[in-house]
Amino acid sequence: MNVALIFLAAIGAVIFWWLAGQRLMSKPWLEAGVAQPASDRRETQSAPAVKIGLFVFLGVVGAVFSLSISAYFMRMAATDWWATPVPRLLWANTAVLLLSSGALEWARREARHDHMDRLQLLLTAAFALAFLFLIGQIQAWRELASAGYVLADNPANSFFYMLTGLHGVHILGGLAVLGRTTVRVFAADVPRDSLRLSVDLSAIYSHFMLAVWLLLFVLFAGWANDFVDLCRQLIS
Amino acid sequence: MVEIPSGSADAVPTAEVEDVELYHPKSWWTKYVFSQDAKIIAVQYSVTAISIGLVALVLSWLMRLQLAFPGYFAFIDANHYYQFITMHGMIMVIYLLTALFLGGFGNYLIPLMLGARDMVFPYANMLSYWIYLLAVLILVAGFFVPGGPTGAGWTLYPPQAVLSGTPGGSDWGILLMLFSLIVFIIGFTMGGLNYVVTVLQGRARGMTLMRMPLTVWGIFTATVMALLAFPALFVACVMMLFDRLLGTSFFMPAIVEMGEQLQHGGGSPILFQHLFWFFGHPEVYIVALPAFGIVSDLISTHARKNIFGYRMMVWAIVVIGALSFIVWAHHMYVSGMNPAFGFFFATTTLIIAVPTAIKVYNWVLTLWRGDIHLTLPMLFALAFIVTFVNGGLTGLFLGNVVVDVPLSDTLFVVAHFHMVMGVAPILVIFGAIYHWYPKVTGRMLDDVLGHIHFWITFLGTYAIFFPMHYLGLLGMPRRYHELGDTVFVPPSANTLNIFITVMALVVGAAQIVFLLNLVWSLFKGREAGGNPWRATTLEWQTPQTPPAHGNWGKDLPVVYRWAYDYSVPGAADDFIPQTQPASGGVTREVVA
Repeated sequence: MNVALIFLAAIGAVIFWWLAGQRLMSKPWLEAGVAQPASDRRETQSAPAVKIGLFVFLGVVGAVFSLSISAYFMRMAATDWWATPVPRLLWANTAVLLLSSGALEWARREARHDHMDRLQLLLTAAFALAFLFLIGQIQAWRELASAGYVLADNPANSFFYMLTGLHGVHILGGLAVLGRTTVRVFAADVPRDSLRLSVDLSAIYSHFMLAVWLLLFVLFAGWANDFVDLCRQLIS
Repeated sequence: MVEIPSGSADAVPTAEVEDVELYHPKSWWTKYVFSQDAKIIAVQYSVTAISIGLVALVLSWLMRLQLAFPGYFAFIDANHYYQFITMHGMIMVIYLLTALFLGGFGNYLIPLMLGARDMVFPYANMLSYWIYLLAVLILVAGFFVPGGPTGAGWTLYPPQAVLSGTPGGSDWGILLMLFSLIVFIIGFTMGGLNYVVTVLQGRARGMTLMRMPLTVWGIFTATVMALLAFPALFVACVMMLFDRLLGTSFFMPAIVEMGEQLQHGGGSPILFQHLFWFFGHPEVYIVALPAFGIVSDLISTHARKNIFGYRMMVWAIVVIGALSFIVWAHHMYVSGMNPAFGFFFATTTLIIAVPTAIKVYNWVLTLWRGDIHLTLPMLFALAFIVTFVNGGLTGLFLGNVVVDVPLSDTLFVVAHFHMVMGVAPILVIFGAIYHWYPKVTGRMLDDVLGHIHFWITFLGTYAIFFPMHYLGLLGMPRRYHELGDTVFVPPSANTLNIFITVMALVVGAAQIVFLLNLVWSLFKGREAGGNPWRATTLEWQTPQTPPAHGNWGKDLPVVYRWAYDYSVPGAADDFIPQTQPASGGVTREVVA
């Protein structure tokens, strides 16, 4: 459960940092009568609720993946484990997902400058690339399966299919939202602010799912094991 | 009390939240059924949770009947018995307690106590309820499929959970249970995002975090924990579904079933236990923290005294929340773990007693020299403290590895967790319902019926679970359908078992009084008025009772003080609402 605990520690650090700015040491019983105690007057522009909501949601998604990865390492310790070969196609898929995320980042910048025509193009591209990634993943599954690495044969295979599937489902969910945003960009009457926010959120989500994918890729390629071994040696 | 002059208009700060545009329902359906109003959703959650909870109550009767009179009831065979304990446990912990505290009380109280018009994502909030209802229906469907519901025990340990020897293991039972849990978690996540973001973003002007009532602190912290802990159950359920349906071996070791070698091999049942309890232990506090919060508010209001050590109470809630994530393996002392791990987890477990004890002391010190009104909410709050201390102390026994090992899987454990996370939170739920029912419906619950309900429930649950500790000390195991002739169980133990069963029947029947009271008072109860308990918090200051859609009329409330200004020296009343500014200013007229 080390991975899950490290993830929780990171979340805990964020919560602690946030709480530290919330005057937990104040004595509210002495501050009667004023709508806001003097020490609490901060002129910070707080983020929109949806954005906070997205970050909280990403925390939940992060918990799902860190727990799965914990399970991966724990199951790996058993003797019947042999690594699944990584299909070459995954490299291409990684590149496609990177491009999709890049396009969204670019779109985010263009949205800030109100370049609507470029925004349309970039969002369409990001959507298409993410879709291509999914097709690529399914193709990778088929390659593996036809090479004899089927789901139930070996725990490494099982984890490969389950984790890529879980990741794919999250990409699919992101695509639904991104698709809606793209359609809205083509509509004329959508307020710019709300559009900008939508693009912003899609970009954040996409970057997060890219990061998760890179972690999973590292895991499947076996580099994570080397890293873990290195850590073990450092500790002992 | 230092009154800080409110000064000029700039004391009213920039809003923590802009006033929002509400969704206004256009038809009866969108107003009362597919409603996006948190108050309606709260009632929907509560009614569904209590209904399914009654099913679990009946299941507990059936179990008790079998334990007291083994063999008398032919239809309770071993398989049915296991199905009853499984469904009873799962329903009570997740579909009743979690859903009622977070979905029910969370939805009703968070927006009202913080001065918001509604949750920040009303549509997701509505979906959350309907997905929860779907999860309940999938769960209930287990009773009607071939093979019946799963009988794997509420912990669903593999490999037995998915083998044919366990009821529902090779049929639909376990599948429906896993699907139901997955659906529940998805629905809960939607609601949970709402509760968290509403606390972060939806507070009225002047409602700083340290002015929030402890109820909100408890629900908020519990929600954060649930959002981080439920993924563990989600992952475990998905992996077990893979094992059961697709033949993988995440959890399944090599195994021979009915003389036949199954194709599984190499999987780790312990891995499941880690994932399950990584969720399971925080779950205890997901249920307990809202109860802690609510009981603090009940005690303060009905003892007319500010809560003792408010800051310490907040810190304790946060610390308990954090610690509860590093104690999970104390449920696994007998799984053959490394003794060093056992030592670590025993230590963290015992450390949790410190913030918990701080809370108990603070409740007692709040009562100390308070103007105690023995209203029904107060009675339930007092009963909670007694029950919780009792259950908590046996938790200290079980937290130690050497004590736990002989007591593991005996009725001592059953008695412990029923007291600490079964009866104690339920008592708080009752107290909270007696307390907030006047706000929800505009009418008081009947006092006489309430007292009958309280005394039977409180004394009765004590009579059920206190003797059960002794049965556990004798070594009587839990989860046994029938003991038969066992050397270490004397005949007197059987007499005690019969006593417990009779009490369980009585306590269960007393809940009918409560349900009658809920229905009768809805139509015939005494008119409550806007603030019958003379309480300070915002939900009692709404312009209408029950609060209308949007809660606050034209203007959002502004908060000038913390939630516990009771019996302030020199004040005209023995309570000052949070909305009252310092200089003069009359209490807002509350229209019933």
